Amino acid sequence: MTSIIEVRRMFRRREAIALASFALLAVLTLGSSIITSFDWPSCLRSFPKAFSWLAANFIPNGKALANAPKILARLAETVLVSVMATVVAAALAFLMALLGSKTTRPHPVASGLVRLVASLCRNIPVVAWAMIFLLSFGQNVLTGLLALFIGTFGFLTRAFMETVDESAESSVEALWASGAPWAATVMQAVVPSVMPQVASWMLYMVETNIRDATLVGILTGTGIGFLFDLYYKSLNFSSAAFVVICIVAVVILIEAGSNALRRVIL
Amino acid sequence: MTTGRDRIRLRKPTASSVALDLTFLALVGLSVFGFFAIDTKGLKTGPAAAKLLSDLVKMFAHPVAKHFSLAEAIWAMLLTLGLAFLTTLLGAFLAIILSSFAAKNLSKPAVSNALKLLVAFVRAVPTILWVLIFAIGAGLGSVAAVVGMTFHSFAYLLKAYSESFEEVGGDVVEALKASGANWTQIVCQAVVPSSMSYIVSWTFMRFEINFANAVAMGAAAGAGGIGYELFMASGFYFNIGEVGFITYLILFVAILLELGAMRLKARQHVQR
Repeated sequence: MTSIIEVRRMFRRREAIALASFALLAVLTLGSSIITSFDWPSCLRSFPKAFSWLAANFIPNGKALANAPKILARLAETVLVSVMATVVAAALAFLMALLGSKTTRPHPVASGLVRLVASLCRNIPVVAWAMIFLLSFGQNVLTGLLALFIGTFGFLTRAFMETVDESAESSVEALWASGAPWAATVMQAVVPSVMPQVASWMLYMVETNIRDATLVGILTGTGIGFLFDLYYKSLNFSSAAFVVICIVAVVILIEAGSNALRRVIL
Repeated sequence: MTTGRDRIRLRKPTASSVALDLTFLALVGLSVFGFFAIDTKGLKTGPAAAKLLSDLVKMFAHPVAKHFSLAEAIWAMLLTLGLAFLTTLLGAFLAIILSSFAAKNLSKPAVSNALKLLVAFVRAVPTILWVLIFAIGAGLGSVAAVVGMTFHSFAYLLKAYSESFEEVGGDVVEALKASGANWTQIVCQAVVPSSMSYIVSWTFMRFEINFANAVAMGAAAGAGGIGYELFMASGFYFNIGEVGFITYLILFVAILLELGAMRLKARQHVQR
């Protein structure tokens, strides 16, 4: 008998929790809609408009193709900037991860400091970094490069620390026990075992950075983002759509390449 | 004496080690090439770096709000959080409907693969471009920002949800099928409830990402909120103290969200 009562009580409690969650979500939705003056009917209407725009401009016309050399040059610049930011940030993040990881840290204070710096870099959004650097570096490709570098550094430091913690613990302990010095332990035990993961994270960040570089480019007037903004604001929609197509092609190409590499490496 | 030739070779090159070396070589090579190839328009990096350093000191040591009151700043922050919330809600709604069709153990391979293809395309378009594409129809503002940001949220959550559905395991699904449960019953009464803690934790993590995105859309796509104030402070008033004030606010909220996500994740580990 008691068990049936208990089961009933459990179901009643579950129902109450579900009801409360729904009520909370409804209140938050209403509040958010009011604060942001979000217009739900206009939200539904925007879908057919956006997709008919995409369909109408998806096949580039002569005007767009005439801009192709310019677009491809800017795209190449954006890809280069993304790779540069990733490589430099990864090199620095790897050193920081060695100082910060529980298995390899020379001192707990170093670890705490690394975590603090990485958290600052990561939790201030890339846009904010771009707006900060804009004041000293101006509308320059270096502004975006620096912003992407800081964001990537913050993200990769945490990712690498987790990788070192997960994959190198036992071998590091074995070498420590045999009296190997720190540098030798790192070179022989940590580096070989984490390199595949490090490469995988770097490929992921290159891809992410290309998308972020587009955004940063709009704000700092550089790269492919600037070119999109230019065509978009001058209502040259066929060229703007062509820029979208080029970015999609590059990102999908890089993603496919990264996935193929990961299958071999990992 | 040991020369390079005398040393014992400890590792034989394998396909994976060669691919790994080539990957690093290509990335480093491209970066070195990039440092010579990118056009910095003759920017003097020395003075710029010195200005950056003094800017950083100024913004973190003397944050001031000149063009808005604290109440207005908090309102702007609420607006940004509202954009992030609506985006996460819409993305989660779409993802939860479609994720049972994307999970391999609940769906047909053709359907699951078609959805994966859709997600690959959705993810390849940067969020800002989705927002600006929707702004053509809806105008710059909260609708374009939320709908545009929903695309990546949907793609991210679809992957997360369907993978946690797959973890529920074929044997549970098989057992339910054998006992006569239909597809809807399996999904709604077994798979979704048992993945609920995963769903909550992934959704909150996406909310954290969407907060940063909402700041960005305020700055770059006229969505308003704290991102717009940041854009004005830096690009319009050139006021580094105000940039510092806004950065502190954003940092405060971002760290709160990260702590929340970590707590949810930790609770999930306890449950599993």
